Amino acid sequence: MTLRNGVKGSTDPLRVQGSALALLSFWCRFAENKGAVLGLAFLCVILFLALAAGIVAPHSPIEQYRSAFLTPPVWQQGGSWNFVLGTDDVGRDLLSRLIHGARLSLLIGLSVVALSLSCGTVLGLTAAFAGGVVDGLIMRLMDVLLVFPSLLLAIVIVAILGPGLFNAMLAVAIVMLPGYTRLSRASALGELARDYVTATRCAGAGHLYLMFNTVLPNCLAPLIVQASLGFSGAILDAASLGFLGLGAQPPTPEWGTMLAGALQYYQRAWWVLTFPGLAVLFTVLAFNLFGDGLRDALDPKLRR
Amino acid sequence: MTVLMQAEALHRHYPVSGGLFGKPGLVRAIDGVSFVLRQAQTLAIVGESGCGKSTLARMATLMEPPTGGELLIDGTPTATASEAERRRLRRNVQMVFQNPYGSLNPRKTVGAILEEPLALNQRGDRSARERAARAMMERVGLHQDHYDRTPHMFSGGQRQRIAIARALMLNPRIVVADEPVSALDVSIQAQVLNLMMDLQDAFRLAFLFISHDLGVVRHIAHDVLVLYCGRAVEYASRQDLFAAPCHPYTRVLLAATPSIDPRHRKQAVAVKGELPSPLNPPAGCAFASRCPHATVRCTAERPAWRGIGGRGVACHHAEAM
Repeated sequence: MTLRNGVKGSTDPLRVQGSALALLSFWCRFAENKGAVLGLAFLCVILFLALAAGIVAPHSPIEQYRSAFLTPPVWQQGGSWNFVLGTDDVGRDLLSRLIHGARLSLLIGLSVVALSLSCGTVLGLTAAFAGGVVDGLIMRLMDVLLVFPSLLLAIVIVAILGPGLFNAMLAVAIVMLPGYTRLSRASALGELARDYVTATRCAGAGHLYLMFNTVLPNCLAPLIVQASLGFSGAILDAASLGFLGLGAQPPTPEWGTMLAGALQYYQRAWWVLTFPGLAVLFTVLAFNLFGDGLRDALDPKLRR
Repeated sequence: MTVLMQAEALHRHYPVSGGLFGKPGLVRAIDGVSFVLRQAQTLAIVGESGCGKSTLARMATLMEPPTGGELLIDGTPTATASEAERRRLRRNVQMVFQNPYGSLNPRKTVGAILEEPLALNQRGDRSARERAARAMMERVGLHQDHYDRTPHMFSGGQRQRIAIARALMLNPRIVVADEPVSALDVSIQAQVLNLMMDLQDAFRLAFLFISHDLGVVRHIAHDVLVLYCGRAVEYASRQDLFAAPCHPYTRVLLAATPSIDPRHRKQAVAVKGELPSPLNPPAGCAFASRCPHATVRCTAERPAWRGIGGRGVACHHAEAM
């Protein structure tokens, strides 16, 4: 507090110092939540592995070792240090595929969530602010999207746009859109009824300012949670599309595709299925913990 | 005394759909209300829940256009004003809300809340805005340390001080206060009311003070307008109104005010019945169904607005009161 009061003189370097200080206090609030820090750390490790996959991975992700089909992990009988987590049905090293697959899976998760979150939020806020015909139009459109089973809708969209990873991501983003739209509209309607919005309007704020500066920050909490949960859904939906040959094409390593392609071996070779599954599970968990921590750190009511 | 705001026969009707087969209705939230608000004066709008007080507040702050009648701010008619003109007029009218727990943005610090109106209207640079905010905090009795705090750290009374400070940041000439103290403890009510009166003297503010608490109104108001079911029933200066209420509804309201002094306790007037629905107002006087003095004429003929000895009243039997 005393340091912030030092900013009162308000020359530019002091301002910069002030914003750095705000960032620091934000980090302190975030760091209070040990789970969130753990999640962030895990995400950083995954991100590092994904970026440095070419150096870190022991083998090429697509090279098939003909002498080593379905080799078990190193601690099991018949395992070897050459393939730490074993190999899959065509003799590719699982660990290398997981590390390389992190690239694509993270990309899919992040871009799908970012796309559907931003579009959904804008649509939801527009519906809440405009009301009337626009509101009805947007929400009925979302209802139409909700009616279809998500995978079926994604398949239809990919069928229209043509197969490929980018189109698959776009399709998954569209499928996930109604959730974010409904959520942001509902919380925006709740906030719009409150007096501080009227007061800001009284002070001369325009619609865009009210939408993004006044209402949106107060609607963030449920959206952050939904986004961190949606990350897993995005990876799995993209994997399903890949399984059907509409998403990532083999032999591209991708967690969901690995999972889907290994289904038939689950009785003979558990590792082929387990490790991609665990990778998805831990990444999703890390995102959820991180999202929770972020939400709490952003909420001024929980500040000491 | 300069007239800052003048309302001439204001109407605000809301169409309501009657469902698939029902007849669409019309809620007459405000039905022909006139008043004059002068500089450095307080006009209290009094009435029970649902009488249209808050609708009037929304119209006075130009949040909602009236469906009929004319609202003049600074002598400028608001209905025909251009958008730029309306923005300029709107800055002259700021608002203080009833619930201090909902009227402050929970994500922003007190400093940001106070500087927001200035930033939105491009007044001054950052340091000038901060100086203005700190000066206003000083003026309303907030500590300088509060600048960086968020609203949840404050009590109701302090929050209402912040809300008042925010309303004054743009130097408005009119402040619409929608039950500003009814959510506060009685001891805090007096502090906030005194603060408002001090600020009125200092900035020559006109208050449109909406309340249902006649004790508070007696403390702060210069003129009083009594609303019933969307219509004005009595409009008088505070002295006249409290000394000799002319409308039976005003008398009922006054009698219902709790008083600690037994000599001031008036005979409680029993009020029977409910507020008539604003969807389907009665043909005669809206208060006739509950009025102890009602006659056949009251239920048949709507009482015209009349001036009696410097006050306005809408009652057939005003002289007999």
